[in-house]
Amino acid sequence: MSHTDTAGTPRARGHSSLPARIFSRDHKVIAKQYLGLSLFMLTAGGCLAMLMRWQLAFPERPLHWMAHIAPGGMPGGVMVPEFYNSLFTMHGTIMIFFAIMPLLIGAFGNFLVPLQIGARDMSFPTLNMLSFWTAALAAVVILSSFLATGGAPQSGWTSYVPLSVIAPPGQNLWLGALLLSGVSSVLGAINFIATVINRRAPGMRFFRMPLTTWAMFIDSILILFAIPVLSAALILLLCDRLLHTNFFLPAGEIISGEAMKNAGGGQPLLWQHLFWFFGHPEVYILILPAMGMVSDIISCFARKPIFGYRAMVYALWAIAGLGFIVWGHHMFQSGMNPYLGTAFMISTMVIAVPSGVKVFNWLATLWRGRIELSAAMLNALGFIAMFVIGGISGIFLAATPVDIYLHDTYFVVAHIHYVLFGGSLFGVFAGLYFWYPKMFGRQMSERLGKIHFWLTFVFFNGVMFPMHLLGLKGMPRRIYDYTQYSFLKGLQPLNIFMTVCAWALGLAQFILIFNFFRSMRKGHRAGNNPWHATSLEWQTSSPPPKENFAAVPVVCRGAYEYSLPGMEADFLPQNAASPPGSSSS
Amino acid sequence: MSLRSRLPKLLAGAAIIMTPALVGGDPLPALFRLPEEASTYAPRIDHLFHLIAWITGVIFVLVEGALVIFVVRFRARNRKEAAYLPGNNRLELIWTAVPLLILAFLAILSQKSWAYIKEQFPVQGVRVDILAEQFDWNIRYPGPDGKFDTPDDILTVNQMHIPVGVPVIVRLHSKDVIHSFFLPEFRIKQDVVPGLTTHLWFEARRTGHFEIACTQFCGLGHYRMRGYLTVETPRQFQAWLAQTAAQETRKAAP
Repeated sequence: MSHTDTAGTPRARGHSSLPARIFSRDHKVIAKQYLGLSLFMLTAGGCLAMLMRWQLAFPERPLHWMAHIAPGGMPGGVMVPEFYNSLFTMHGTIMIFFAIMPLLIGAFGNFLVPLQIGARDMSFPTLNMLSFWTAALAAVVILSSFLATGGAPQSGWTSYVPLSVIAPPGQNLWLGALLLSGVSSVLGAINFIATVINRRAPGMRFFRMPLTTWAMFIDSILILFAIPVLSAALILLLCDRLLHTNFFLPAGEIISGEAMKNAGGGQPLLWQHLFWFFGHPEVYILILPAMGMVSDIISCFARKPIFGYRAMVYALWAIAGLGFIVWGHHMFQSGMNPYLGTAFMISTMVIAVPSGVKVFNWLATLWRGRIELSAAMLNALGFIAMFVIGGISGIFLAATPVDIYLHDTYFVVAHIHYVLFGGSLFGVFAGLYFWYPKMFGRQMSERLGKIHFWLTFVFFNGVMFPMHLLGLKGMPRRIYDYTQYSFLKGLQPLNIFMTVCAWALGLAQFILIFNFFRSMRKGHRAGNNPWHATSLEWQTSSPPPKENFAAVPVVCRGAYEYSLPGMEADFLPQNAASPPGSSSS
Repeated sequence: MSLRSRLPKLLAGAAIIMTPALVGGDPLPALFRLPEEASTYAPRIDHLFHLIAWITGVIFVLVEGALVIFVVRFRARNRKEAAYLPGNNRLELIWTAVPLLILAFLAILSQKSWAYIKEQFPVQGVRVDILAEQFDWNIRYPGPDGKFDTPDDILTVNQMHIPVGVPVIVRLHSKDVIHSFFLPEFRIKQDVVPGLTTHLWFEARRTGHFEIACTQFCGLGHYRMRGYLTVETPRQFQAWLAQTAAQETRKAAP
């Protein structure tokens, strides 16, 4: 990559006071705040997973140094079941609500959407600032639950009732944190929708928007419809816990030999319906932005237009729409009417189609390209490769009879990790390597980036792929000590292998952390457009000035004009005047 | 291109891997195999599982193979310039329609077995009532009068006995939180929800000892909510029932 140094790059930071900088209303600053917060939470969530893996490899073997860090959860270094239950609950909750979601939407969405549509900022900058600080408060609340009496929440990230109604007080903090995070997400979603509809630069028609922006836009609509349902369910659960309202508790509940006095009139499956009505769109909320970013990156490093741009947009809409009618596939074995199971099986099979369309279009984009394997591209390709596995395992689970066996086993855990780590997180890594120069004005080390990718890729598969096999053997998820069962005892060697990979996977992330911080000072200066990309964010300085563009760009074409025939350069920016003799629309 | 020269080798390799499958042996190492099939419908589920594995396996190889081949073949160092190909509607149509057809086929097959297992309960069979609680399975047989919740009911905790070759119809309910009744070798799993009665049925193909696992996270002792299933001949089963009933009467009248 060439380094066309832009003399006099205006720097965003400047003369404002400290509070003004902390409570910034600039979408780029807010994006970086989200990035910092969510990367921190990602690290925390990862550490929880590694502890969990220790117990799975060596059940009840002491980890002496942990006795000092978590004396209650691991007295003498030996993990107690309550602590293990908290670990998987908090791992899931933190990763989904406080790492992946804010990384994709809070950090990349905030940074990229205004830049890609040629806006000076979001529609509601103050609201944007409030979204971040609400998310930060939610993060504090969820972390503080580790200090609650009775320990951190331990009902699973799905917090099924009645277990979550009778859980220790940490559950209240879990509910509070998710409510706050929901408020933050909805405020953000409103802002994105308004921004994309109203603030597009002249000439930026909807069907000229880069797929990243499309994905963030559709994602925001998903958030707007899905999160309020979760919030309603959370409030009902909070009422059940604090006011004994019994929305979810049926009559005749006997907990540890004692009849619950007030129970009656509630329905435990109501929680599952509400939770998964949110929960399944949520899975797509966590993957669509990554799909958008990967599309932009693949196109750029294949030096080819994204194949089937409109089909890609329609596929995003299809996934978003269908995503709302598949929730029952989480409940095939719940006791729900089996006829309903049939309906949800069909809708679930159908939603595989638009996901497949995206994969085929990515492949077609690569075909006859001129592929440069940068760190960003490697991660984007990793995304495709792993998302395919996650999609395929989804078909096993969608087939209702097969799900009878695989439901609630490690096969499901494998599936979710191939989608959310193999998919979303590789997408995040790709985005990080790709847009870091735009965010910080300097490039990350490509060499370290590639090493980080390969180690992550190998160890990710080392820990996650065998989960399919555990599932095949019937190993249930959320189980503190599977060696209690004689049919699972033989799985310990495999679990040890997975744990070694998990710890190696964790250690490999230090390369990213090192690269991330070192490059801020020592990275090569990026210049405006280090990757020779077409979309608008690359047509301003790195990092962009306070209001993004010296003059509002006028958009002349779509975002994927790479390798246009008959042109000297192999890319044509969206706002560049048409080359003589060509008429592109 | 070297790809073409490597193709015969790749094909030969694939053939070697697949030979055992073609001649009927089990191609999979033990780690990849499902547990034994102890219920009559376990083979149906496994058949569907293997069919999906084959279909998606082929798709997996094609897609990941294309990915790797494209990346190697079209690397910048081998190429002067990229082609300008913004899309092709016919291709979009093909790769929308073909997966749709495959998935429709799988959906129809799934529905057949799903209906068989979940909707077509046998009329005759041994009836068992299971009350789940943190962290035990209370197992109840109707006794000589054939009715539940009468004084002659036979109760056991975590010890389930059933006869081989006879359908077993189980009624499940829970005292406290949600549990899930899982018999891996029988490919049966059913959540047990307080306030709701759920049902399942299965028929054992052979006698033996098996474990019952709880697969819906139910709290502190979830991991040790284990039961035992003994499948025996109908005669042994009747003897066990009588013996258990006698023990209970002895306990009740000291």
